[in-house]
Amino acid sequence: MIPAAFDYTAPSTVEEAVGALAEAGEDAKVLGGGQSLLPVLRMRLAAPTTLIDLGKVAELRGVREDGGALVIGAMTTHYDVQRDPLVQQHAALLARATDTVADPQVRHRGTFGGSIAHADPAGDLLAPALAMDTEMVIAGQGGRRTVAAADFFVDYFTTALEPDELLVEVRVPKHTGWHAHYEKFNRVAQAWSIVAVAATVRVEGTSIAEARVGLTNMAATPVRAHAVENALVGAPATPEAIRAAAAHAAEGTSPTSDGNADADYRQHLARTLTGRAVTAAVSG
Amino acid sequence: MRISVTVDGTKYDDDVEPRTLLVHYLREQLGKTGTVVGCDTSNCGACTVHLDGHSVKSCSVLAVQADGCEVNTIEGLERDGQLHPMQQAFHDNHALQCGFCTPGMIMQSLDLLADNPNPNEHEVREGLEGNLCRCTGYQNIVRAVQDAAGKMSPGAGPEVERVANEVAGRHSARTPVSSGGE
Ligand SMILES: Cc1cc2nc3c(=O)[nH]c(=O)nc-3n(C[C@H](O)[C@H](O)[C@H](O)COP(=O)(O)OP(=O)(O)OC[C@H]3O[C@@H](n4cnc5c(N)ncnc54)[C@H](O)[C@@H]3O)c2cc1C
Ligand code: FES
Ligand code: FES
Repeated sequence: MIPAAFDYTAPSTVEEAVGALAEAGEDAKVLGGGQSLLPVLRMRLAAPTTLIDLGKVAELRGVREDGGALVIGAMTTHYDVQRDPLVQQHAALLARATDTVADPQVRHRGTFGGSIAHADPAGDLLAPALAMDTEMVIAGQGGRRTVAAADFFVDYFTTALEPDELLVEVRVPKHTGWHAHYEKFNRVAQAWSIVAVAATVRVEGTSIAEARVGLTNMAATPVRAHAVENALVGAPATPEAIRAAAAHAAEGTSPTSDGNADADYRQHLARTLTGRAVTAAVSG
Repeated sequence: MRISVTVDGTKYDDDVEPRTLLVHYLREQLGKTGTVVGCDTSNCGACTVHLDGHSVKSCSVLAVQADGCEVNTIEGLERDGQLHPMQQAFHDNHALQCGFCTPGMIMQSLDLLADNPNPNEHEVREGLEGNLCRCTGYQNIVRAVQDAAGKMSPGAGPEVERVANEVAGRHSARTPVSSGGE
């Protein structure tokens, strides 16, 4: 199908983009990579009056270092994130999760910032963003503000972004030398996660010194498995100890039941996939 | 809106509505019907073309987003009536039945080889994850891609190499990964 008519503008700086967004009013939409928005427009599930395309805003692309953090521009594509040497070195969990997103064509266009702003509960980059304590840098008419991932994801497809604000970049604290794995459970090619687990651990000698675990699609927003993290710290990096810690993965969660999985099955998956993710991380 | 796009080596200046999808621009305004539409959900990959050297689903890109860019489609692959080695390999290996998925399969296979010139079977299947085929069961498609990879590798013979190099040359515009440009 063909989208309903809209006006289109392609600013070349963040300032111009913020101005255009304010001017176009609340029925305007930001266009990132378009890999979620254009399918929605084609189905006519939304009909914004104006699209503000960030594709020509060069300052929103690329990965740089800033002290103890990596700064990833919102318009950096999944393809570029996957291959970026800084991401590989300091945020391996993000690279592994991005590998599982969609398919090569979608990864060439879709962006890290677009995924975060879209906030689909089955999106694969939200749990890594939460687990690594990232911060979202947001621009609006009044200037810039920073929101921690834990406060950014509010509800299904809902974030702390106001309609007149842009996500500019994501600050990822460096996890240099941490091992990581993203364990995604789905049934067919290109499919979204039924449940997935993002795990990154720092191993010292034969035991786990620090651990971060995030769950995908166990609630309206990504969930942090703190009980698992606490049980892993100081534990030996053995399958038995990891399995015992993973048994806590579903504590405090109340996932939905839908055509893909019932709630109790999702909880079972969370425990099983957490065990697999941490085991793969420590041995990888 | 006025756009300027190079498609299969020819430059076009055209007026398009902002809502025009790239695939509709190619088919309806330029008459390049080799690229097809197979779904409404961005899943099938039949519409795959290369945009500045990277494969994209042309049903999920606006024509205005291609302004100033280079687009390569299935129609630009043959040279002087001679099939591109990837097209020839699909023919030789019976990698198509109805043929509807084939333009997208071939364009995505070329993208895969640009990143990984010698993929194993698993890597071919992963690389074609975004392309669906209702007919073949994929076995012969995987064979064709591996056959083409062998034939497009250096030392495969002057004619095959010439065509393969021309296609590979288009990929040289690929950006280094962390510079942030496209
Ligand atoms: C076939 C298919 C399969 C997919 N499978 C997966 C999958 O398995 N896992 C997964 O995680 N994703 C998947 N995706 C989605 C993909 O990752 C998208 O790239 C992503 O959801 C959105 O990123 P985008 O840049 O394309 O954003 P767009 O589609 O351009 O935008 C999405 C939303 O975010 C807003 N937005 C975008 N950028 C900004 C910004 N900088 N500031 C403020 N708002 C912004 C837009 O206004 C819009 O509301 C799939 C998509 C397709 C088509
Ligand atoms: S037509 Fe199906 S993905 Fe484009
Ligand atoms: S040959 Fe018919 S869809 Fe692939």
